[in-house]
Amino acid sequence: MSDTTMKPTVSAPGAASIPGDVTAERATANARLKSRFRPTGSAFVMGLYLLFLLLPIYWLLNMSLKTNQEILSTFSLIPLRPTLENYLTILTDPSWYMGYVNSLIYVVMNTVISIMVALPAAYAFSRYQFMGDKHLFFWLLTNRMAPPAVFALPFFQLYSSVGLFDTHIAVALAHCLFNVPLAVWILEGFMRGVPREIDETAYIDGYSFPRFFVKIFMPLIASGIGVAAFFCFMFSWVELLLSRTLTSVDAKPIAATMTRTVSASGLDWGVLAAAGILTIVPGALVIWFVRNYIAKGFALGRV
Amino acid sequence: MAQITLKNIAHSYMDAPSEEADYALKEVDHVWRDGEAYALLGPSGCGKTTLLNIVSGLLRPSHGRVLFGGEDVTDMPTAERNIAQVFQFPVVYDTMTVRENLAFPLKNRGIEAQTITERVQRVAAMIGMEDELNRKARGLTADAKQKISLGRGMVRDDVNALLFDEPLTVIDPHMKWELRTQLKRLHGQFGHTMIYVTHDQTEALTFADHVVVMHDGRVVQIGTPEELFERPAHTFVGYFIGSPGMNLLPAEVRGDRAVIDGHEVMLGSGYDDLSGKVEIGIRPEFVRLTDEGGLPATIKRVEDVGRHRLVRAEVLGRPVNVIADEGGPLPSENAQVAFDPARINVYANDWRVEGRAA
Amino acid sequence: MEKTVNHKAWFLVLPVLVLVAFSAVIPLMTVVNYSVQDTFGNNVFFWTGLEWFEQMLKSDRMWNALGRQLVFSAIILAIEVPLGIFVALNMPKRGFWASVCLVLMSLPLLIPWNVVGTIWQIFARVDIGLLGYTLRALGVNYNYTQDFFAAWTTVIVMDVWHWTSLVALLAYAGLQSIPDAYYQAAKIDQASRWAVFRYIELPKMAGVLMIAILLRFMDSFMIYTEPFVVTGGGPGNATTFLSIDLVKMALGQFDLGPAAAFSIMYFLVILVISYVFYTVMTNLDKRDGVA
Repeated sequence: MSDTTMKPTVSAPGAASIPGDVTAERATANARLKSRFRPTGSAFVMGLYLLFLLLPIYWLLNMSLKTNQEILSTFSLIPLRPTLENYLTILTDPSWYMGYVNSLIYVVMNTVISIMVALPAAYAFSRYQFMGDKHLFFWLLTNRMAPPAVFALPFFQLYSSVGLFDTHIAVALAHCLFNVPLAVWILEGFMRGVPREIDETAYIDGYSFPRFFVKIFMPLIASGIGVAAFFCFMFSWVELLLSRTLTSVDAKPIAATMTRTVSASGLDWGVLAAAGILTIVPGALVIWFVRNYIAKGFALGRV
Repeated sequence: MAQITLKNIAHSYMDAPSEEADYALKEVDHVWRDGEAYALLGPSGCGKTTLLNIVSGLLRPSHGRVLFGGEDVTDMPTAERNIAQVFQFPVVYDTMTVRENLAFPLKNRGIEAQTITERVQRVAAMIGMEDELNRKARGLTADAKQKISLGRGMVRDDVNALLFDEPLTVIDPHMKWELRTQLKRLHGQFGHTMIYVTHDQTEALTFADHVVVMHDGRVVQIGTPEELFERPAHTFVGYFIGSPGMNLLPAEVRGDRAVIDGHEVMLGSGYDDLSGKVEIGIRPEFVRLTDEGGLPATIKRVEDVGRHRLVRAEVLGRPVNVIADEGGPLPSENAQVAFDPARINVYANDWRVEGRAA
Repeated sequence: MEKTVNHKAWFLVLPVLVLVAFSAVIPLMTVVNYSVQDTFGNNVFFWTGLEWFEQMLKSDRMWNALGRQLVFSAIILAIEVPLGIFVALNMPKRGFWASVCLVLMSLPLLIPWNVVGTIWQIFARVDIGLLGYTLRALGVNYNYTQDFFAAWTTVIVMDVWHWTSLVALLAYAGLQSIPDAYYQAAKIDQASRWAVFRYIELPKMAGVLMIAILLRFMDSFMIYTEPFVVTGGGPGNATTFLSIDLVKMALGQFDLGPAAAFSIMYFLVILVISYVFYTVMTNLDKRDGVA
């Protein structure tokens, strides 16, 4: 409408633009702004808490860079003679690094399966009312709450009897026990946030259900899918009891490799620490990509 | 209650504002007189909420001082300024009852129980919620919640001003009217200084004694509804107020005449020579359709809006709106429009130019 | 808000049903099957009725494990929930530091559970661990493999380390959903910091805190790997929680019948408590109108 850069030819209220002595006051204004939004106590509390979280991890890192002799002979806060030897041991020995490969294989398989079956189910729960829907939903949730210890033995026998023992798919399927309910729960929360009018408009525009779902709906809940996938990945990655019970050699996860090494060769702390550090890396990498959704994801999309 | 003075207030959200565009609020110098009702009117993003937050103390202006009465409160936090504010979205304490909500500001100030009970009762009567005092605030309708927010402000007898930040946004249309009437009545009765932020001109014009029109971080006019209508100080005011807004035509002004594409139009008074972008503005209410003696016009469309008809015409390649009486015949061929000379305003670079005394 | 009634929606749920049936129902049936039979080996089974259940209900072993489990869950909830809320209240609201906090806090959640155990096993050792070494140096008689109190403390601190961030992240998500106007209104009303927490923040966090408590209760009730790695359930049976005991019984001693009866009762306890939580949660949802 009006051209603001043009100076008015007549005096009018509010015609003045930049006040003259702004710079002088700016510093105090900023200082005030900061002190208002960041009470110093908060920074202190967070610092302390993060220190508590990071110290044990730092200690592991510290040990992974030492030789076993150094660990056992001297006590030091930083590695005196830093070495990558422990990491080399792991990355060159197939019985070690295959553990990582096995873990990654079943984790990815599990994530894909969980998301694929959870998507339509979450859609049904978020959009429709149908016979027994509430009970079904609760029943699904109970699986998330089922203690893996209860299932360890039956899983072992079930998968042995159908010849799936010590395969990646066995672990992937077993982890569906808690990941599928979780994925349904998270996705349902995100889908609820998409207005139903979008579905109706798409149907009126002549979209078939599958085409609508893939072309229109999935992009809308892309962040939800990402979050659900992240959580499936995470819970499958951190679980040990089932994955250890269902494997022996071919599909043995890194976590189990570690436990066994402790008991067998006993005390190669350096290698153990290095292996531990390497299991933290994948998680740390994916966190960065979903950092803005982590909180919402843990709230199962219900914020 | 107190008079509120804004001395050369300006605000930028940036750390180091360097040019005019960095300022969300350009320099404002204004006095809000005690006990009057003001409306801050302007489109979204014009700086009106920024200005309100500076008054309430939620924002410290990057420049200038705020005075309540004679006291400089620029560095005083919100809580000490004794103001009350009703927000766009109703803010109530969900887990408390209506009574506890109303008593909350008093309790926090350590006022004795007896006084609290009395005042809560009185305020509940004012806002018409006596029957719901013991209900939980959760689950009340949006308009009831807004009434509670208002009540929380009115329950204190020492408030300097009541501030409203688009308080009717989430209220159903039929309730809007009722709440506005109630507010107007309460103002008449208790005489608080009220500042009401809105982008709705009807709300502003019906509520306030004085309307402050803002545009692009700048106060462009402060006036009574009548002044805004008859003598908009800025082309934006002409355009923003009125339905539809003022017609603007680029013209050359020579003495008491304006020349538009070679056609002469009489003005109400004489003007000195003007430079820059010169326009004349006339409200649709003061434009007549005629058969002769005006500017040639083409009628594009006629909208019947009930009490009158709105004629969308084109004059010399420019759109001109005309408000015509219901029922009268419209000229079909060779239509012309005539302007009421006394109602024509002259603008140079968007600001109104006062004519020479006639 | 009303959902359309459509029974064909069952078809959309079908894949989940088939998969979960395979990974939950069939195994669970096996457990039920074992719980009512006995075997002398060679896959020959005979009906025992509820005998295993009676035996388990009478055994001190299960009651002791259950008792330890309840005490453990109660302690970690009592620490992690308030601490998580406290941390969330102190987190930066937005900007770079908020991201840093989110990422660092999520870190313990993404570490495989046995590695969590390993980290603490090392960290708390008196010879090579920073914590144990420091405590020793300070003159504290600390040894988590020998001392009952040290073992419990270690396991609890480890769980707090591992899971408090989950509560904090949930509470943080709840806090983020509170519009600024609430804080501004509270300032105008001269509400104290405590009143802001009590009447604004806590009610708005109620929903997510329910989820936090539910998840923390469930997961702590099933805890297995971390204490198993650190203490192996010891010293004695001091840190033998339900899952550890169950796995010992089922995979260690191969006492299938009692273990199965144990499993079912364990599962039932969880189911009942979950149902209570779930009902409370959905009611909260409905009340807030976000269902």
